[in-house]
Amino acid sequence: MTTAPFAPGTRVRTRTADPDGHTRLPRYARGATGTVVEVAGHHPLADDRARGLDVPAQPVYHVRFRAVDLFGSGEHTVTVELWHDHLEGPA
Amino acid sequence: MSGEHHSSDISARVRRVEALLEERGLLSAGEIDQRIDEFAAGGTPANGARVVARAWVDPGFRTRLLADANAALPELGLSMAGGLQEQRLKVVANTDDVHNVLVCTLCSCYPIALLGPSPSWYKSEAYRSRVVRDPRSVLAEFGVTVPEATGIAVWDASAESRYLVLPRRPEGTDHLDEAGLTGLVTRRGLIGTALV
Repeated sequence: MTTAPFAPGTRVRTRTADPDGHTRLPRYARGATGTVVEVAGHHPLADDRARGLDVPAQPVYHVRFRAVDLFGSGEHTVTVELWHDHLEGPA
Repeated sequence: MSGEHHSSDISARVRRVEALLEERGLLSAGEIDQRIDEFAAGGTPANGARVVARAWVDPGFRTRLLADANAALPELGLSMAGGLQEQRLKVVANTDDVHNVLVCTLCSCYPIALLGPSPSWYKSEAYRSRVVRDPRSVLAEFGVTVPEATGIAVWDASAESRYLVLPRRPEGTDHLDEAGLTGLVTRRGLIGTALV
């Protein structure tokens, strides 16, 4: 996938699955809704590469979350870099 | 979480795997140390300080740096291509409205090719787990007070990009030239756990 279907400003929701192996979707950001702020290039999904799979590149995004949406409190934001496969959207 | 890599268990396991790889001819003796040395060669926080000072004195460079850091770094003879592949660098600027702070919650991702090895606290579980939840308290423990009116933006280096904070130029530094300004910038300032 060489395009980036989620443009900046798109509301997205992260997946809730708890995979057996390595994942670059941090636990604190699972099942959370945030906003794409920038497309950060295209790379093979690290979760798959950690399992030895040769997979094609896909878009990676900076996704910004409000702390209150992640932790239930806090005034700050947390921007996480996530692969397209980590996201469902628009939310 | 990989935790801190200080435990003798982990060290012993790494040494054992290294020995097995050498026995099988997949790795030559000392190759890992050599690769690490090559990767970190030339990497020092002084590079980041030069980037910041140039951005403070040259608004055009600042604009180019924030738009595409990889394209702007060669203006200072720097690059993010010191490793196996060039890494994307994202520079985030502190303003009156936002103070940026960096973390890698999953491990310890850091712009090594540019800044050299990261400080040990950056790799600690305490920093990695707490700064995403309560950055204001963590910053206070570093002696940094961010005004209430200034928001805090935490950046988690969870994928392929690496980050650098562009601190605000301190007041009262109009008399300093670019070299003098470079001397003001600290490694913690480049990570966001200091104001400069």
